[in-house]
This record gives sequence, structure tokens and C-alpha cells, in this order.
Amino acid sequence: MEKGDKMFRLLKNFTKKDWILVIICVALIAFQVFLDLKLPDYMSSITTLIQSEKNNIQDIIIKGLFMLSCAFGSLISAVIVCYLTSYLSADFSYILRQKIFRKVGKFGMEEVKKFKTSSLITRTTNDVTQIEMLIAMGLQMIIKAPIMAVWAVSKILNKNIQWSILTGAGVFILLLTITILLIIVFPRFGRVQKLIDKINGVTRENLTGIRVVRAFNAEVFQQNRFEDVNNDLTNTQLFNQKCFALLNPVMNLVMHFLTLGIYFIGAFLINKAGMMDKITLFSDMVVFTSYGMQVIAAFLMLAMIFMIWPRAGISANRINEVLEEKIKIKEGNFDSKTDIKGVVEFRNVSFKYPDADEYLLENISFKVNKGETIAFIGSTGSGKSTLVNLIPRFYDVTDGEILVDGVNVKDYKEECLNNKIGYVSQKAIMFTGSVNFNVGYGSGLQKITNKKIKEAVKVAQGTDFVESMDKTYESHIARGGTNISGGQKQRLSIARAIAKDPEIYIFDDTFSALDYKTDSTLRKELKKYTKDATSIIVAQRIGTIISADKIVVLDKGKCVGIGTHKQLLKSCEVYKEIALSQLSKEELNNA
Amino acid sequence: MPRPMSRRGNVPEKSKDFKGSMKRLFFSLNRWKYLLVISVVFAFVSAILALIAPNRLSDLTDVITLGIKPNITENTIKDIMSSKDVSSSDKLMFSNMMKSMKEDSNIDAGEMYKKLDELPKSIYNIIKPKIDIAKVKSMTLILVFIYVISALLSYVQSILMTLVSNNYAKGLRSSISKKINMLPLKYFDTHETGDILSRVTNDVDSVAQNMNQSISPLVTNITIFIGSIIMMFVTNYIMAITAIVSSIFGFLFMGFLLNKSQKYFIKRQEELGNLNGYIEEIYSGHDIVKVYNGQKEANETFDKLNNNLYEYNRKSQFISGIMQPIMGFIGNFGYVAVCVVGALLVINNVISFGVIVAFMIYIRMFTNPLSQIAQAMTGLQSAAAAIERVFEFLDETEMNDESNFTKKLNVRNVKGEIEFKNVKFGYNPEKIIIKDFSVKVKPGQKIAIVGPTGAGKTTMVNLLMKFYEINSGDILIDGTSIKELSRDNIHNLFIMVLQDTWLFDGTIRENLKFNKENVSDDEILSACKTVGIDHFIKTLPGGLDSKVADSDQISQGQKQLLTIARGMIEDAPFLILDEATSNVDTRTEELVQKAMDKLTRGRTSFIIAHRLSTIKNADLILVMKEGNIIEQGTHQQLLDKNGFYFELYNSQFDTID
Repeated sequence: MEKGDKMFRLLKNFTKKDWILVIICVALIAFQVFLDLKLPDYMSSITTLIQSEKNNIQDIIIKGLFMLSCAFGSLISAVIVCYLTSYLSADFSYILRQKIFRKVGKFGMEEVKKFKTSSLITRTTNDVTQIEMLIAMGLQMIIKAPIMAVWAVSKILNKNIQWSILTGAGVFILLLTITILLIIVFPRFGRVQKLIDKINGVTRENLTGIRVVRAFNAEVFQQNRFEDVNNDLTNTQLFNQKCFALLNPVMNLVMHFLTLGIYFIGAFLINKAGMMDKITLFSDMVVFTSYGMQVIAAFLMLAMIFMIWPRAGISANRINEVLEEKIKIKEGNFDSKTDIKGVVEFRNVSFKYPDADEYLLENISFKVNKGETIAFIGSTGSGKSTLVNLIPRFYDVTDGEILVDGVNVKDYKEECLNNKIGYVSQKAIMFTGSVNFNVGYGSGLQKITNKKIKEAVKVAQGTDFVESMDKTYESHIARGGTNISGGQKQRLSIARAIAKDPEIYIFDDTFSALDYKTDSTLRKELKKYTKDATSIIVAQRIGTIISADKIVVLDKGKCVGIGTHKQLLKSCEVYKEIALSQLSKEELNNA
Repeated sequence: MPRPMSRRGNVPEKSKDFKGSMKRLFFSLNRWKYLLVISVVFAFVSAILALIAPNRLSDLTDVITLGIKPNITENTIKDIMSSKDVSSSDKLMFSNMMKSMKEDSNIDAGEMYKKLDELPKSIYNIIKPKIDIAKVKSMTLILVFIYVISALLSYVQSILMTLVSNNYAKGLRSSISKKINMLPLKYFDTHETGDILSRVTNDVDSVAQNMNQSISPLVTNITIFIGSIIMMFVTNYIMAITAIVSSIFGFLFMGFLLNKSQKYFIKRQEELGNLNGYIEEIYSGHDIVKVYNGQKEANETFDKLNNNLYEYNRKSQFISGIMQPIMGFIGNFGYVAVCVVGALLVINNVISFGVIVAFMIYIRMFTNPLSQIAQAMTGLQSAAAAIERVFEFLDETEMNDESNFTKKLNVRNVKGEIEFKNVKFGYNPEKIIIKDFSVKVKPGQKIAIVGPTGAGKTTMVNLLMKFYEINSGDILIDGTSIKELSRDNIHNLFIMVLQDTWLFDGTIRENLKFNKENVSDDEILSACKTVGIDHFIKTLPGGLDSKVADSDQISQGQKQLLTIARGMIEDAPFLILDEATSNVDTRTEELVQKAMDKLTRGRTSFIIAHRLSTIKNADLILVMKEGNIIEQGTHQQLLDKNGFYFELYNSQFDTID
């Protein structure tokens, strides 16, 4: 079974100590089963004692005490096993989560993109929880079920053929019922999940499009669409649950009929037997009913494992995929000081995603020096964001090379390269914590002083709103920055880059979220504050880049023009087109 | 079969008002009361049958045991002695044997039976015990009957319960979805989409599942628990007291553990939530964490949270894991106690052996339900917590009822005049953002709304569409106050094209028609042609029947074009248009702009303007800042004012130097 194989591969993450604990568990569980199966023996001898009409209360108490010590021994070993398995499952899930988190931490953007962030989150939490449940509940069952089944069966096998056949029939009926149910219902579980997604989808549509729906008076229309899915979901669930409603009554019937059948057959057997055999047969009968139950319980447990196993197998597979993913980007060794500072050079850089046929960037070359500003413009899909993402090595170039301060980015130690760069992404990222924490983010650096943070926030045009907050710089930023506006988030994320005092700034379409006015003031202040730093800007608005030292125009991954605004207006058709779509002729000339 | 797994993961969420919510839950089940009552009665009867069965089984055992004991009574001895078939030497041997047995009271039962087996046939036939097979047959038949009936009842009742819980859940989902349309937009400003979604799916699911899994087990197990006590006392009170006393300490200990495990489970869920949130944060900010060398710090924080989770994971699993073995031990302890006391009573001829057999079963029946009752109660707790969240949503204040509005403007006859008269508005009554705004718009005029991001440009949309009620003043459409017009009527008068290109998961045709009926393909195609997307639609393999959801094929700009076409098909005298075309490539942007221009023709239009050409050509520009309209006039008038608009306008081509 392939899924099982995945599960076992995951179990490689068990340490030696874990395996020793598992072996101890096996021994303890075997001991427990041994004791549990001794109980019916004692029960039968107690029954015989009571039967024999002799005044042997002492014997009964002694046997009772034996039985109780067996039960107690079984309890103690069960408690120890439970302690060990809860340790094992909690510890294993701790380690799995940690391993996944560390691994994802090392992922480049390529790997993150491949898995998708939301999927990575579920893999780190939900999928691990599934495995944890399997170990917490299943480990005991997996060990116990076979031991119990074999042991209980061996205990009754040589006792009586009729009773054994009856027990076998009971087990068979149970397994048959479960198998049929699983065959019918299992595929529909997937359907339920899909329909729940659909219900979610339609509701999400209604919520995100609430204005449109209302503006078109389409409430009833949407409600009907919702009801379609709702009906579908309800019917599928009803079918599944109706099928499963069968399981309990069948289980009870089998168990009761087994006892009853054993008694019924027993009555005939006893009737035929001689006096001597009657007594043995009777106590055998009482014992057999308990063992019969044990056999059925063991097989039920086995069936349970078969139900849990594939589900956990899916999770195990998803975890393995993350843990076994080969990370493309390898760290270099260079971490000394460079002689030159703030210089970025692209030499014939081309880039494509590993599985893609087409190049996203083709043969790009340029150089930007200390203190200069270089801007990239182009329509969506022109590759401008991808281009700047190559500098901090979110991706590695397919061909050509990128030099920062004269050293290939691939040769740098990650931390050393990162220390040179102040990167601001298109979507502002906020972490739970204070304004100070967010602006001074990053432990790779020495602690950034509060004074520095204040300065950075000021340059980023955030002083007004930060100081109007309850606790100013110590104010709490909620998860995802939901308690501040988008523009405010973007200003803080710019401040974060400024506080770092980098040699090279990278603004990946950072300014689009700001209004024209804030945009222009911020850039003016920034220019004043960071005279020596190099700026690399990706932008959509001509206004943002109009005064850059160099503008690189990208079209479908190719560089179609490099120069200043004025030069490009004359020489570059694509640039002119973009410019004219935003500003009128006179306005362009005025600028 | 996810049930066995989810059971343990079931978090005993705490409800705020358990009794109140349960009460309301049961009242809201009114529609299904008959099915529910039948289901509960069936569960009850099935439990009673489960209780009776052991009694019958013990009777059966009695019949069998009766057939084991040799028939050695005064009568049979007399029979043997007087029998003609038994030779006199055999008679002598038999009486000697009887004598020696009486003298030696310690004789082993096995030895005695061995001797009996060795007796000559003639004697053996008389004292040989016989089982009353006819009685065994009839008793077995009764038991088969009881078991089958009990199984049938429990099957039918769980089918009924499934029907009720699933239909109830379906109704709840419907109500929530309908409620979304009844709530004022204000509600959605302060509530997250994810939160409402989770009520539709998770909470409703939790109510249905827990209802389904808790109510009948609760009825069954309480019946069995109480019933087993009654049956035990009816059968034999000394044995009953023995059984109860021997398990009471176990029960108390279980209660203590249960309480503890609930606490750990809640704690565990909290820690899981914390860790989940942190992971989400770090993964979403992966690039930032990387470039700012934040990984080390992230690892440390993660380890701390992970460790907290580990602790509660271990504890909650341990405690919930040992319940079952403890329960088993309590059962065994009770068993031995019952056997010992029972043996004493049998020896003193107070009870028969069958009573002990019955008690062996009663003791299990008495100890088992407790953990199931506890589990069912936890399930009901979760259901209460979930239904509370559903009710909370369903109880939100709805928009005013407008069904009694009589005035109605006909789309065909509307001229297209709008007048704002001293309009005052604030999202929050203490914070009025539009103070005393008045303006008269003539039919066919173009009004541009401009201002920096977050200035509240959509406020105007909200007021015009009556998404929000104005605080004072009035808005008149063709001289009729919107207060006298129903929202439905107003919405009919407006075409609205917003920046977020909202399309639903369906075909292009369905999306273009939307809720308008009787739209011919010609109409759809001509709208597409006007907008300039007809060619693109033709290139799709499915044409108009292509699914929108496969969004790989349809770009953002094309979606924008589709929403414009949808507006055209709707056709109405007024237009609200958000011009922003972000994330659209230059070529498509041109198309979109052309389509938008066509849409404004002949309509009184309110445009959230981003393009200078629109702004300049507008009949009126409303300049907004921080929610308020701070300037109004034509482009030239506003430039001459040298105010905020002037600044805003010039900042777009500001050079840095």
C-alpha cells in the first residue's frame, strides 16, 4: 500500500528513544492483553465455585482477589502505556511541527509558491494534528488489536468447534457490514468536503459582492444558488449518516446474538454430555461468551485502524512532501566587508520558473551605483517584480549573474547579503507586537534604538498616526495589522526598511498603496534622509519614477529601454504609451 | 468514517448561557417536534429492552444450570430403591456411596460427578439431569425478538435523529444566508467575512453533529443508568447496594478526571490557536522574515508556543486516555464484589445462580453509561456554544421593513435628476463626516468624485444606493425623497460598476444576465460588442458558456469588461462607476476606458474618478478628504481656488528634486 509506505517514511522521524518506548509499549500491551484474557478464566472458576454449592466462600474471595490483581495489573500497565503514548504523540507532533517550520523557514519563494502559503499552514498544524491523533489513539490499537485477536482466538479455538464457527460468523458479518459501508460511503466523504467548500464559496461570494448583489436586487437569485448547494450538501450528508446509522444496531445484534447463540448451542451440548462433561461444558460456555466478545472487539479495533489509516496517510504524505522538498537555493560563504558599497549589477540575467517553458526575464543587464535611483516600469506580467526579487535571492537566476557590491549574490552568506538590503514588499506585512517591534524587526541586526525607529517613522510619514495611537510607539499592532489602515501599514513597512539603514533599498511596488500626495512627500523625505543609499523602485505610476536617475522599461520580460524620463519619452514607444495612458501631453511636458 | 477521530478532538467549548441556548435550540426545533418525540421514545424503549434482556438471559442460564445438577433428591433416591430395573447389588452400592458423600463434606465436585458417571445405566438414567429444551427454545425466541426489536428501534430512531439534525442544519444555513441580505451594510464594516463564513459551516456543522450524537445517547444512557439501578434493586437489594458501593469511588474519581481533562482540552485549543496564528503570520511574511534575518527570532518564538502546545497536548491526551481503562477496572471491581457477595447469598440459598449472572451484566450496564453521559454532555456544551454564535448572528438588527412603501419610480419614466439637500451623514452618529452637503444634478450630467485613498469616496455610493441611511437632510430622485422609495426601487434605477470585479462562480452568460430574466443572446452579444469583449469570448472554447471560475483564462481587465457589459445589460438611468483599473495591462486598460465612456453616455453618472480626462470633463467635481466633501466645482474653478484639489492635482507629476 503506497499510503502506508508514506506513513512509515514519516515514522523515520521517530528517534531511537522513541522506538525503545514503542517496544516498552508493545511489551506492556502484551502483558495487558495477557491479564485481560486471564480475567474470563477467573470468572469461570468463580462461577464454577459458586455452582458447586459448597461452603467455599474463602476460595471465591481468593480467586476474586486474583482476578482483581489481574485487573489492577492491567489498569496499571494501561495507564503507563497511555502515559507513554501521550508522550510519544505529543513529542512526535512537537518535533514534526518544528521540523516543518524550520524547513519552510529555509524555503525560497519558489518552494513557497509551489506549495502555497495556506497549504503550508495547514500542513504545519492540521496535518500534524491528524498524525498526532493517529499515534495517540491508533498506536495502542495497532499494537493491541493483533495481539488480542490472535490470543483470544487461540484461547477459544481448541474449546469447541460449534461455538468457534458461530464466533467466526459474527466476525465475518461485522467485517462485511463495515466493508460494504466503507465502499458505499467513503467516496461520498470527499463529496461532502467539496460541497462544504462550495457552500463556503457561495456565501463568500455573497459577502464580497454584497454591494453588487444589492445594487442588482439579486438577493433572491443568489439565495437560490445557495439553496441548490445547501440541498445537495444536506442530501449527501443524510445519505452518509443514514448508512452509518446501520453500524451500531448491527454491532449490537451481532454481539447479543453471539452470546445467545453460544447459550443456545450450549444447552444442547450440555444436555447430551455426561455428568463430568456437563460442568466443564458449562464453565467453558461462560468463558466462551467473554472470549467471543474479546475476539469481536479485537476485529472491530482492526477495522477502526483501517478506517483511520488512509486518512492519516494522506496527511503523512502532505508532511513528507514538505520535509523532503529539495531547496533550490544554496547559501554561499562570503561574509566579509566589501570595498565598494551600494552597487548592484545585472549581467545578462535571464529567469524562468523551473517547470515553465517561457522565460519571464530575458537577457537583462544594467548597473546602478551608490546613491543612485533606478526604477522599473512596465505593464502587469512584464516581470518587473520578479526582477527585483532576484536581488535578495527569493529566486535564483536561470542564466547570467547578479553582483551586489561586486560579489555574486550566490556567494554571499544569507545574513550578510540581507544586511545590505532594505526590502519593502507590495503587500505590507505586519507582525503581532508593538510599533517598535514592527519597525525594528529582525534579530540578525543589533537592536535598533528607539530614537532610530522614531526617525524612520518620521521619514515614512507615519509620525502623525503613530503618535495619535494610545501608547504611541508601544501601541499594539493586531495580527495582520488589522487595527491600522492599508496606507498606515505600508508606511510602517517602509519605516522598517529605513530603520535598518541599508545600503540598497528595494521598493517592490510599494508606493501604489499611498495616495499621490503622501507618495511624493515620502519620497522627498526619503531622498533627503538616505543620500548615500541606492534605491531600486518598481512602480506603476509614472509620477513615482519620473525623477529616477535611470528608468528601465520592461515589456514581456525584455528590456525595451533604459534612460531618464526625458530620454525615454523620445526613444521608447512602450514608455510613451504608458506615460500617455496616465498623463496628458501637456502634463508630461510640464513635468 | 471520521467520527471516532473527531470525537477526541472535540473541544468542549464553553457556552455563555448553556441553559438559555439549549432552551432556544429546543424551541427552534418545533417543526420537527413529532419526529423528535418519536425518536426519544424509541431511544427510551430500546434502552428498556436492553435492560430487560439480561434478566431473560439470566432466566435462560437458570434453566441450563438446573439441567446440570444431578437429580439426587429424597424422591429420586426412593425411586431408585424401589425400581425394578436396578439390581440389588447396584442399590447397595448406591446407598453406600450416598452415605460416604454425606460423611465427607469436603469431597470435590469433579470427583463426585466422576463417580456418578460410573454408575450403572439403570441408576444413572434416573438421576441424570435434563435441560428443559422446549423452555430453552421459547426463551431464546423471546430474546431474539427483544434484540431484533431493540436493534430496529435504535436504527429507526437514529435515522429520525439524522433527518431532524440535518434538516435543522439546512434550515440554519438558509436562515444565515437570507439574513446576510437583511442586514445593513454597516454590519459588514465591523464583522469579518471569515467569521460569518465559519458560522455558516463550522458552527452549523457542530450543532448538527453534536445534536445527532448527543441527544439519543443521552436518553439511552440515562435510561439504562437509572433503569439498571431499579432493576438491581428489584432483583436483589443487597446485591444492588454492593454494586453501587463498589463503584461509587470510581465514579467520583472519574468526575474529577473529566473536569480536569475539559480544562486541558480548552487550554490545548487556545494554544493551538496561538500557534496557528503565529505560523500564519510568519508564513505570510516569508519574504520579509527572510530579508530582515528574522528567522532565528521566529524559531525561538515558535519553539516557545510549540512547547506550550506540547504540554497541554500530552496532559489532555493522557487524562482522556486513562478514562477507559479506569472505567474497565471499576467494572471488574464491581464484578468481583457482586460475585463474592452473590456467592454468599447463593450458599445461604437467598438467591439463585441466575441472579449472579444477571448482576454480572447489570454491573456493566451500571458503570458503562457514565462515561457516555459525560461525553454527550460535552457534546451538548459544544452544540450550545455553536448555536449561540448562530443565534447571535440571526438576532442582529435588520434593515427597516419597506414592504409598505407605496411610492415607486418607474425605470422607463425617470428623467435622471438628483438633488442633495443639506445632507448630513456619519458612519457613527457622534462623528458626522459629511456636513451639510447640497448640490443639484441635472439629467445626463457627469459628477466626478476625487480624493486621496481612504478619503471616503465610496461614502457617496453608499448614500445614493441607500446602503446607509443619512442622518439628516434629504436626497431627491426626480423630486422624490429616497426615504419614500424602497431600496429595491432605488437599486433598479442605478447601474453600478465597482472596482472589485465581482463575478460569481458560473458561466459568462449567467454572469452577464445575472438576475435579469428574458435576456436574449443577441442582447448579451451586442453588449459584449459595445464593450469590446465579444472577440475574446469567441476565442474561449465554451464561448458564452465558459466558466468564469477558471480564472486563468480570464484576466483582471477582461473581468472588468464583463462587469461593464453586465451593467449595460441591466440598463438603468443612473450610473455609479469606479474607474480604478489597477493590475490591468496598458492595452486592456484602453479598452476598459472606452467601454466606461460608452456606459456613461446618456446617463446621470457618479464616477469615482482616477483619470484626468474624466475629471476635466466632469460637470462637477466633488473633492473628498477624510470622509468629508471639502471642495466642489469644475476643474478650472477648483484650480483657481488654489486649494486642496490644486495640490492633489499637481502632486502627481511632482519631481523630487
